[in-house]
Amino acid sequence: MSAPILTLRDVVVEFPALHGLKALMAPSAERRVQALNGISLSVQRGETLAIVGESGSGKTTLARAINGLLPLAGGEVWFNDTALHARPDWHATRRQMAMMFQDPVGSLSPRKTVRDLVLEPFAIHRLRVDNATAKATELLRDAGLNADFLHRYPHQLSGGQARRVGVARALALNPALVLADEPTAGLDVSVQGEILNLLNRIKGDHGLTTVIITHNLNILRHIADRIAVMYLGRIVEIGPVAAIMERPRHPYTAALMSANPEPDPTARRERIILSGETPALTARPPGCEFHTRCPVARSDCAHRVPALDAAGTRAVSCHYPLPEDA
Amino acid sequence: MSFRHTLAGRLMADPMAVVALIIITALVAIAVFADVISPHDHTAMNLADRFAPPSSTYWLGTDNLGRDTFSRLAQGSRIALYVALTAVTISGLIGLVLGMIAGFGPRWLDNLLLFIFDTLRAYPTIILALALAALMPRGLSTVIIVVVITSFAEYGRVVRTQTLSLKNAEFILAERAMGASFGRIVFHHVLPNVLGPFFILAAMNLPVVITIEAGMSFLGIGVPPGTPSWGATLKDGFDYIRNTPWIIIAGGLPLILVTLGFTFLGEALRDQLDPKLRKSR
Amino acid sequence: MTDTLNVDGLTVHYATREGALQALRDVALDVPPGQIVGIVGESGCGKSTLINALLQLMPENARIASGAIRLEGEDLIGARARRLRDLRGRDIAVVFQDPMTSLNPVLTIGRQMHDIQYREKRSTAEKRRMAAEMLGRVGLPDPAAKLDAYPHELSGGQRQRVAIAMAVLMRPRLLIADEPTTALDATLEVQIIELLKELQQEIGCAILFISHHLGVIAELCDRVVVMYAGEAVEEGPVADVFQRPGHPYTAKLIECDPGRMKTRVAQLPSIPGDLPDLTDPPAGCIFRDRCDRAAERCRTRPDRVALRGAHWALCHFAAEVSA
Repeated sequence: MSAPILTLRDVVVEFPALHGLKALMAPSAERRVQALNGISLSVQRGETLAIVGESGSGKTTLARAINGLLPLAGGEVWFNDTALHARPDWHATRRQMAMMFQDPVGSLSPRKTVRDLVLEPFAIHRLRVDNATAKATELLRDAGLNADFLHRYPHQLSGGQARRVGVARALALNPALVLADEPTAGLDVSVQGEILNLLNRIKGDHGLTTVIITHNLNILRHIADRIAVMYLGRIVEIGPVAAIMERPRHPYTAALMSANPEPDPTARRERIILSGETPALTARPPGCEFHTRCPVARSDCAHRVPALDAAGTRAVSCHYPLPEDA
Repeated sequence: MSFRHTLAGRLMADPMAVVALIIITALVAIAVFADVISPHDHTAMNLADRFAPPSSTYWLGTDNLGRDTFSRLAQGSRIALYVALTAVTISGLIGLVLGMIAGFGPRWLDNLLLFIFDTLRAYPTIILALALAALMPRGLSTVIIVVVITSFAEYGRVVRTQTLSLKNAEFILAERAMGASFGRIVFHHVLPNVLGPFFILAAMNLPVVITIEAGMSFLGIGVPPGTPSWGATLKDGFDYIRNTPWIIIAGGLPLILVTLGFTFLGEALRDQLDPKLRKSR
Repeated sequence: MTDTLNVDGLTVHYATREGALQALRDVALDVPPGQIVGIVGESGCGKSTLINALLQLMPENARIASGAIRLEGEDLIGARARRLRDLRGRDIAVVFQDPMTSLNPVLTIGRQMHDIQYREKRSTAEKRRMAAEMLGRVGLPDPAAKLDAYPHELSGGQRQRVAIAMAVLMRPRLLIADEPTTALDATLEVQIIELLKELQQEIGCAILFISHHLGVIAELCDRVVVMYAGEAVEEGPVADVFQRPGHPYTAKLIECDPGRMKTRVAQLPSIPGDLPDLTDPPAGCIFRDRCDRAAERCRTRPDRVALRGAHWALCHFAAEVSA
């Protein structure tokens, strides 16, 4: 196997938990919470890794930490040979690493035309474009929009159209890695398919590596090669998409996969309904952090912290994982 | 994009904006062509025609020295516009720069600037004007300085709030993620989005500045004696309000019109630029 | 038996700069007593306008051009403001998508639940007891203590439970649920669906459940109405509609749901094209421009074609599509 394009080792991201005087008075351990608590993973060239989890799991924080929008409190991030944890040249790095944000319209600068928006990467990196309009038209066409859109403003676009502009812009400089945060957020089901097909096609054409952050479980098997499941800022399970979806080993993964209502009234399958909600980051449970909601927790789960045990291509962080051949 | 979708197009469809633009255009035209349209020399005293009521010779009558009120008001419009535009430009620019520094700067700097803004905004304009007038020579510069000191904080506040909300907007994060420099983010992406509310505030502030100038001149701490400022005309008229009320009425007229004109413009701009306040489409 | 809710030929226009926007056109639907009826549709289908019309809380520029809305036979469009106020909150209750904005942030949960009982002649202590009981019923841990909490002190899932408790506290005849699970995570979504099912059984109210999520509709509802571009294009029992859709739009929508496909597909289906301009909707079938089956006769407006069971679709080819 060739060297991975992206490697994370024990990545920690912290947020201040208290502000002002309260922060000064509190013991140092209580001043900060860990939004990411020791994330390790690697992404191979050309693959698509999907990071799934519910709100508060830290998946968006992870994407933002990778491309330097949030500072690391610990750990290492390697992008090819560049150490992103050691003050890299972000300007040069971000040329290689494009990011797409959740809100299709809100991530476009509101007073720029579509033409300016897709050419923005060239302007940022001071790259000369001989025929700007032709280049913009070409980028839009690759993303499935015609030249009529060149002079529109973001608020005149539908969610799907704005998402295509975001895709065109992310690919403008032929990046090596694309981080896509909820690429289907805010899109109707009838439009989702088009955008995912577009991403899949581009991936094939450009040999692109993508990391997709999503809570939309339905799209996973159509776009991802591997899945990492996050809970409270940790990876609880990681592995090939089919294996994780068909035979989840972590009880949380199993509950998540079963919680997905299907558009088939006759398919009433076994559902694991979790009690309660994800605990706050300020109140991480001791031991296995999932034990408070886990349907198969035993008494020692409350004391012993499980490690992410790698067995073959998949790894699970659970003392009593579900059998693999269930 | 068709005309009716542009800002100018939408403004022309709004009756309030049309009234505002007519008043403002008239004011600017009078100021520019004051020498041409004035029927009399505004300094010429005609003691035979003292306190003349409005007539075909003296459209708005004459004052205690027999000077033509209309001609003086026309000249006064130059002073009003000069003071208003200069003061609003200077205070606006200071507010814009400080507001963006507060918005982007570290927390302590933000707090410090907020403290300055709030202190200045809390200070009564007229007291500050009286104090400064005692220290400085009478003249338009003093008026402008008073206005700048008391009003830049308001722009600073608005720009700071706007900057703070933009700073964490997704499109700004997207720009950062593409590798955009700080300067590019500020000038290409934050500034254009701050300017909308900024111009609304400026339009609303123009008549306030004109009123402050008139008020200071009325109190005798504004323009030097003899200058045909609107406030000076009001002051002259005030002394003779019982017998010749038309002087003070004529002197107040332009103030009322200008205030209405710029306020209407500000409100029309706000309706068009702020979709949340826009009534049914 | 009279339907709990009966909407007939409802047409709503918005006055806009570009002319009258025909947000709803000839919409008909019935919610029989004790049933859960789902409304499914994508952005721009008119779901929000329909809810506003049902509550008779319309924006200034909206106008009900024709049609009738009846709650147990009582006409709501002609009803006096006073009567409508009596009905809202007591006979018709709503749960919105975002409980953070539907709960008052400066009042405690207990105060808000006390206040909605203002019509009842009960003592304050009794009202508090009723509120706590209902909070417990919707699965909130430690309900008595939660009465003194403010909305921001609760998590998103708990807030939605409170919103549901408030809605069912007065035992309404009709509960309107507007995308109540959309803002919630999948594991909470299923909890809320289970809760709604149970409450419906206990209170016996009818529920109008609006969602864009086909899976949730399939799971929860008895009947479903499919809306597209301001028209109800299909209605029927959930199983019939999802298994033998009679309208090409419904068929496409179901086909597009990636949850349906259990193995990886190279090309995910989608519905190409855009919604028609509702200030100038095309004559004939509203879905014509995006439909594979569009033919010459689609230039005339289709009638409701009855299919097996209480199931109809607004399509000339409904019988063939459904076959």
